[in-house]
Order: sequence, then structure tokens, then C-alpha cells
Amino acid sequence: MRVSAKDIDFRKLNQQIKSTPEDVYIEACYGQRFLASGLAGTKQVTIQGTPGNALGAYLDGATLVVEGNAQDAVGDTMNGGKIIIHGNAGDELGYAMRDGRILVKGNAGYRTGIHMKEYREKKPVIVVGGQVGSFLGEYLAGGLIVVLGLGAQEAPVGNFTGTGMHGGKIFIRTEQELKGLPAQVTAELAGTDALAEIVPYVQEFAAYFGMEAEALLNSRFYRLTPNAKNPYKQLYTAY
Amino acid sequence: MAVRTYYPLYTIVRDSRKCIGCRACERQCGNGAHIYHPETDALIENDEKCVNCQRCVAICPTRALQIEKSHNHYRENANWSAEAMDEIYRQADSGGVLLSSMGNPKEYPVYFDHLLVNASQVTNPPIDPLREPMETKVFLGSKPSRIERDAQGRIQCNQMPHLTLSMPVMFSAMSYGSISYHAHECLARASKELGIFYNTGEGGLHEDLYRFGDNTIVQVASGRFGVHPRYLNSGAAIEIKMGQGAKPGIGGHLPGTKIVGDISRTRMIPEGSDAISPAPHHDIYSIEDLRQLVYSLKEATNYEKPVIVKIAAVHNVSAIASGIARSGADIISIDGFRGGTGAAPTRIRDHVGIPLELALASVDKRLRDEGIRDQISIVAGGSIRSSADVVKAIALGADCVAIATSALLALGCHLCRSCHTGRCNWGIATHVPELVKRLDPEEGSKRLVNLLTAWRHEIKEMMGGMGINSIESLRGNRLMLRGVGLNEKELSILGIQHAGE
Repeated sequence: MRVSAKDIDFRKLNQQIKSTPEDVYIEACYGQRFLASGLAGTKQVTIQGTPGNALGAYLDGATLVVEGNAQDAVGDTMNGGKIIIHGNAGDELGYAMRDGRILVKGNAGYRTGIHMKEYREKKPVIVVGGQVGSFLGEYLAGGLIVVLGLGAQEAPVGNFTGTGMHGGKIFIRTEQELKGLPAQVTAELAGTDALAEIVPYVQEFAAYFGMEAEALLNSRFYRLTPNAKNPYKQLYTAY
Repeated sequence: MAVRTYYPLYTIVRDSRKCIGCRACERQCGNGAHIYHPETDALIENDEKCVNCQRCVAICPTRALQIEKSHNHYRENANWSAEAMDEIYRQADSGGVLLSSMGNPKEYPVYFDHLLVNASQVTNPPIDPLREPMETKVFLGSKPSRIERDAQGRIQCNQMPHLTLSMPVMFSAMSYGSISYHAHECLARASKELGIFYNTGEGGLHEDLYRFGDNTIVQVASGRFGVHPRYLNSGAAIEIKMGQGAKPGIGGHLPGTKIVGDISRTRMIPEGSDAISPAPHHDIYSIEDLRQLVYSLKEATNYEKPVIVKIAAVHNVSAIASGIARSGADIISIDGFRGGTGAAPTRIRDHVGIPLELALASVDKRLRDEGIRDQISIVAGGSIRSSADVVKAIALGADCVAIATSALLALGCHLCRSCHTGRCNWGIATHVPELVKRLDPEEGSKRLVNLLTAWRHEIKEMMGGMGINSIESLRGNRLMLRGVGLNEKELSILGIQHAGE
């Protein structure tokens, strides 16, 4: 089903997306927020133009493809499904995400993947092709974040990466040194065994965006892991 | 020998004439304060372990036990209380942030105790609730601003989603994790029977309690634990937790030791991993951002659920509430500084936030002044101790109150304020199976129903006395209140006159 988003508000547009069993192609999207929030099932929603904030919040299964850029809060509290962004994403990408995948060809903003968590078979994955802003993976409790740093001259992450991290892993592809990491994070160069974990996701990323997975993987990656799953354990004295 | 700088707070006193040596106290104390010595066949008290939860006192078949405040005294000092000194010793020992539970116990003014309720005499006679119908039902949610009609002039239903309660009381948010499964089941069952609501708090909703969905408010907080579309759609309303009266500006932290079994499953995080709710929602930095979360939740639930925004009562609460009313939220929940908690840094609990009564009156006034009071309902919580507090809160502007400490007291809690230790002998704030099973959901829910049934009678009697037969006519009706022992400023903030005026 093709829908022109021109001059329709988000509520009507969302009703159209949700009411059809078919795949949806949205033309001329001009910043409508909350698109496909809470959507489940297997359909694909393709968006031409720029969706507004909170695209795919609480997404629970469908596949969303953005042909241009996305804005803030993509995949907030996402519980399943897939979001593919051919341009850049804004801030708070995948906040508190629990499952599913987000692949961004370009860059992502501040606070990417904050407080993602995994549980049993549920494991959220974010792959960002370019660079990200500060506060990447803050409070990370589970899941996997990969930053490929394509086109980045400096290290492709900002300040305060992984502050309060107590689960999950962050992989950062860079030739630069990573500086200023907080005390809760252990950073090491990833060997072949460690990299094996991200191979399927990088392959998927490369397939979507027409790149060579081999070339991306055959690089220097840092792997960041938390040095404790109970970072606040020693903080309190009870009485 | 190590020097111990502080003395136990309580002394367990056992009357040997009455004690029959049944050892029930020993079995019932999860803290190990009663120790049996087989060589001498004697029960010895370990005062150091006693938290004064009163479990042994309540269980002792011969009433042989009493807990006394320790008679050990430091040299008297009007400035340095024994508590202040003990806290220094504890921090010097451990280097840790002081942690405690339940509500602020300090001697700040309790404004409810300075408010008196009116009654009718001669004119506008009182109503006898035993022979006249009295309406205690309340509806929470945004009210339509005007009547809409179709082309034929017929009235259109433009009612927004709302909550209907049989009486103006609901249970406040307490997570599964902070309290036991049995405690949650008590609240859920009582809510269903009473026609009111309980609140999941930020711990997700246990699979077996989905059947109480019509009486459940599901919470979304900064950690988003257990939040997914099915959870959001399972409740009658969704609450966004921005703050909590016991710990304004502070996040939550359920230690990994409590993330076991079903709690891990319900929160959807691995066993043993800390559950950290950051202080802010990292996607909310403004009212516009809050509006975005409100609407993403409404979109995800097809606009079928009212959205509540809960905040702690803090200095600029009325301006914040005005923003919340404009964010698209249907209900605002204000939690005063006496509100309880399963664990909070002591300094935050005791020194941050403002009294509920002042916050409530000021929010209600601000929303009325701005002409937006009908856009949003107000729920007031943070130590509502009796039906009199309920009546006073409603007269100060609340649509409904939320109770938690009172509900836990009904379940057996004796306010020992040791929830954070996880060894609650009353089976409430614990996950130790042999402790949890002490709280029978059947019996517990009955006690909650009893409590609120009694309150409802009392509310009706007070309403009748005032000559009011519908609780909605009491809302914000400050003429029904007078203050005693309050200064001009306090009276002006509360919007009431002094008794005698």
C-alpha cells in the first residue's frame, strides 16, 4: 500500500499504517512523529522522506526502512523487529531497547543505546556505520552496540562512553586510541574470537548498504565490557 | 576485641515467667535476633540484629516479649542527637551512603494535623449516610471542555479515556521486587474487589497478575523494566514516573541480589544483575519531550488508556504541574515528601522535597488560575494515614489519593523501615520463600478490603456532616477546611482561613 504523508498528521498516518495487513510505502514524510509505534507482526514499512521523533517506539516485530534520515528517539523501548536507516539517526537511538536490530548507515547522535538490556533469547543490537555523539551506551545493561566509524577522522565516539555500564558489549572500529573512558568500563582490542560475535550483524549491515563485510571486519576494533554487573554494590551502608 | 562505636537501638525484653520456650520467636526472626543455646536450653537475644519489626512480639503465644528502646544513652546534647552521632559512626565504619526505607520520619510539620473539617448546623443540614445515598465514585482523566453535537443536534460522546473508582483512593506504585509477589497479589485482589486500582511500579507485571489488568495501572519509568506493548495494553492506565516523594531527583536501584527467579523474569533482566533506574528519563529534558513520551504511549495503545505523570512534590511543583497538564497527560500524581520507598539514601529521603499538603493546594490553585484544571485530574499521595487525611486532601484539591504505607500497615508492616535489607519478617518486602509465605494473599486482600471499606464509611460520615452527598462536590472545596496553629503564609498557600474566621 502506498500512502502519501503530505498534509496528514501522525495520528491518521499511524492509523493507516496499523490498519493494513500489507507492506506500506510512505511517500513525502515530513516529520510525523511516533510512526509505527508498538507495531507488531511481519510487515515492512518503508518511509521516503524524514520521519519525526519516536519512530518505532515499543516496536514489537515489524521492519521499518527509512530511505533518508531519522530524527530522535528511534526505537525507544523497542521489543523486537528491525529498523534500517539509510541516512543518519538523531539522539537517543534505541533507548532501553530489549530486542531487535537497528542498522544506521550514517551517524547517530548523542545517547545512543542508553540502558539497552537483554534477557534470555532477547538481545538488542545496534550497528552505526559512521560515528556517534557523547554518552554512547550509558547504563548499558545488555545487548550489543557496534560503531564502525566510517568516514571518521577521529575516534568515532564522544565523551562519557559507557558511563554506568553494567552489562552488554560495545565494539568500536577505529585506528585511534580511545580516551577518557569511565571507571566502569574495561576496554581491550578485540581479537578474532571476540569479533566473531559481531560478524553476523556486520554482514547484515554490509548487505543492506552495499558494502564489503570482510573489509569492515578486517580492522582494529575495541571491545568495551563492564567491569562489574553490580556497579553500585559498594556505595551504600544500610541500617 | 574490636571497638564497636554504636549501641543497638533496641533491647529485646523476655519475661522469663511467661516464656514457655516454644522457640517461635527464633523461627520467626529472619534477622536472627533470637538465638537458642542447646547447652543451657535458653533463648538469648541478639539485640544487635533487632530492627523492631514486632514480628516476635506479635507471634509470641504468651506475650512474653517486648521490644524497648535501648536504655543506653550518650551524654545528652541538644544539638548532637544520638541518631546523628550513630550515623557518623556508621559512615566512618563503612564509607557508604546511608540507606533507609519507608517515609521520612523526621519532625517536620504535618499540615493535615493542622486542618479541621467543617460540619453543618441548623442551615444546610447534615446528611445521614445510613438513609441517604452518598456518592463516593470518582472519574480520573481529562474532562471535555464543551458538549459536542452532530448535525442533528444529538450529543456526541467526546469523553476521553478515564479511570472509574468506587472511592477516591488507589494504591500507589510499588514494584514487584521492592515488595513480594504475595504483597502484589494482595493489592491486585483487593483492587478488583473494591473497584479501585493498584500500580505495578517499575518492575513489570507478573504473568499471573495480568488477569487483574482492569484494576492495574502499569508504570513506565526511566529503566523501562518489563515494558513492552503487551504490558502497556494490559493495564487500565499507564503511569510515567518522573519522580517519587521519598527520593526526588534520585533514580532507583534494586540490587542484583534481589533479581532472582520470577523477579528477573518479570523485569526481563538477567538474574543477579543490578536493576538501575537512572534519575532522569534520558529522553526527557523538557515538557515537549514529556509530551513526546505521553503521545508515544498513547499511540502504542490506540488512545485507549489515560496517561498519568507522577512527580515528587518539590519547590516549583505548581509550574511543573502546569506543564504536565499541557503535555497531553490525563492525570498528574503528586507524591509528597513523606511518601515511602523500598530503599532510598537517607539524606535524600529526609531532606528533599516539600509537604504534600502545600504542594497539592498550590498545584490545584495554579491549574484553576490558568483555567486548565479540567484538563487533568490530580492524585495526591505521600503518607495519607486515615480517611480524615483523604477528606482533607480532596478539599485541598485532589480528585483522589494514593496510599501505600497505609496499605502495607494493613498487611502487617510495623514500619521498622528496614525494607532495603530484604528480610521482612511480615513477608512484604522480601523474596525469601519462607518469609513471603507468611503473607497469605487471601487474608491480606481481605484486610485491605476491610481497611478501605471502613475508610469509605468514615468518608461518607464526614461528607454527610458537611452536608455534601457527592465526593466531587468536596474537591477543592476549601470552605470546608480551617487551619489551627498555622501562620498567614501557610494559610495563604493552603488557601484556607484560620479556625474562628
